[in-house]
Amino acid sequence: MATALSIKDLKKEYGNGTVALRGVSLEIPEGDFFALLGPNGAGKTTIIGITAGLVNKSSGTVSVFGSDINTDPEIAKTNIGLVGQEINFNPFEKPLDIVVNQAGYYGIPRSIAIPRAKQILTDLGLADKMDKNAMSLSGGMKRRLMIARALVNEPRFLILDEPTAGVDVELRRGMWEYLTGLSKKGLTILLTTHYLEEAEQLCKHVAIINKGEIVEQGSMEDVLKRNESAHAADGSGFRGGRLEEVFLKLTSDK
Amino acid sequence: MNTYQLWISYYTMVRKDVVRLFRIWVQTFLPSVITSSLYFLIFGSVLGSRIGTMQGVNYMSFVVPGLVMLAIVTNAYSNTSFTFFQSKFFMRSIDEILVSPTPPWLLIVGFVSGGVVRGILVGTLVMLISAFFTGLHLTIANIGIIFVFGLLTAVVFALAGLVNGVYAKSMDAINIVPTFVLTPLTYLGGVFYSVHSLPQLAQYVTYVNPIFYLINGFRYGFLGVADIAIWISLSVLGGIIIVLFAINWYLIRTGLGLKQ
Repeated sequence: MATALSIKDLKKEYGNGTVALRGVSLEIPEGDFFALLGPNGAGKTTIIGITAGLVNKSSGTVSVFGSDINTDPEIAKTNIGLVGQEINFNPFEKPLDIVVNQAGYYGIPRSIAIPRAKQILTDLGLADKMDKNAMSLSGGMKRRLMIARALVNEPRFLILDEPTAGVDVELRRGMWEYLTGLSKKGLTILLTTHYLEEAEQLCKHVAIINKGEIVEQGSMEDVLKRNESAHAADGSGFRGGRLEEVFLKLTSDK
Repeated sequence: MNTYQLWISYYTMVRKDVVRLFRIWVQTFLPSVITSSLYFLIFGSVLGSRIGTMQGVNYMSFVVPGLVMLAIVTNAYSNTSFTFFQSKFFMRSIDEILVSPTPPWLLIVGFVSGGVVRGILVGTLVMLISAFFTGLHLTIANIGIIFVFGLLTAVVFALAGLVNGVYAKSMDAINIVPTFVLTPLTYLGGVFYSVHSLPQLAQYVTYVNPIFYLINGFRYGFLGVADIAIWISLSVLGGIIIVLFAINWYLIRTGLGLKQ
């Protein structure tokens, strides 16, 4: 099976001296549903930004389906769809235009992009909103629009950076059902989220990052087993799911 | 990306910008139309009749090329500087292109084309208004020269605006350059007078103003007279385009002012 994402000894120091990544290495096999988890500021979005070509790395290598993001950026980017953490489309445009224009940047002609965009928007429950101003969409709709935009180039590797932040329970469930369906068809998905119960249910593999370093990675079951003591430990007060306890054990400063 | 895909990406960028230009026409087209009408009225009709002739033509005819050029310069510049800065700073919608396989050079060409379209459209509108003020007696000596200089000027200032837009870190930086650099250079570049009417020292200073060469060539297309040879103007323009394109390419390729 091919490797969708290969990261080796990735380091990043921002101009202000902040060290975001201290030699991260990880591999995501093709077809995987992979969770990259960590507290705020751990380096998740930096990894995603570097992979998608939005952030310059300091050192290390990143390749997507064997194409290095520095030496073969066009091929690497052709395989990626990105749903960023922040809403980043022009709110004065219509959802259909936003998705069709995104296809255009990948060299997909409008004759193909328009029916494809309509289908994806319909699948994501935005059929009656595609010709309205994007500004008029609710928070959940905006998130789904970003997913539609990321899928229009039919990527092999979809990156979801906290896609369900601010989305209500029913919509979240709908989004996961849709994305799980795509995963079953072979789409590789990298997910970052603070909803750890979702990651535990959805993802086959997981990596936990803290302060710019991967502190644990492997299959979800292996990671949970290896850290059995975290969720078996006798604790008072509120207790979360298994992954949440593992996460806290590995990332907590206390 | 193959040639066809590059074309689709380019077409998408330009189409998006042109749709935006017409959607907000009150902001993009109308201000220059009103400003140039006032210029024609005041400098051309009211004051022009007292000035008489310049370089052998009446003052209204003399000032037309400069005012058309002024419209092209300001519109091409502000279009790229503002749209790029807005998509980078406020909406971060520039990520739509940065995550795609669209190469940096095509991103530059796409944004610059949007600025060129706006510059040429507004320049054409101003020219039509000038025809009204000159009683449809607009002198055109060489339409080819007018087109070439109009186009190259729009390219130069769209490129300059893009440098500003890529590198700017605040809205102030977008406004400072047009106010304190572009406007003085334009007004001192010979929009309203011939360089030969200046003292010798001021003439030398004018020769280092790039806008002088644009207006000079453009005016030659209208009136058939110029302060300096056309090939010099074309050479200066060509050189500026190459330098500005290289700066833009470097900035976007390396992510300076764009990627962290």
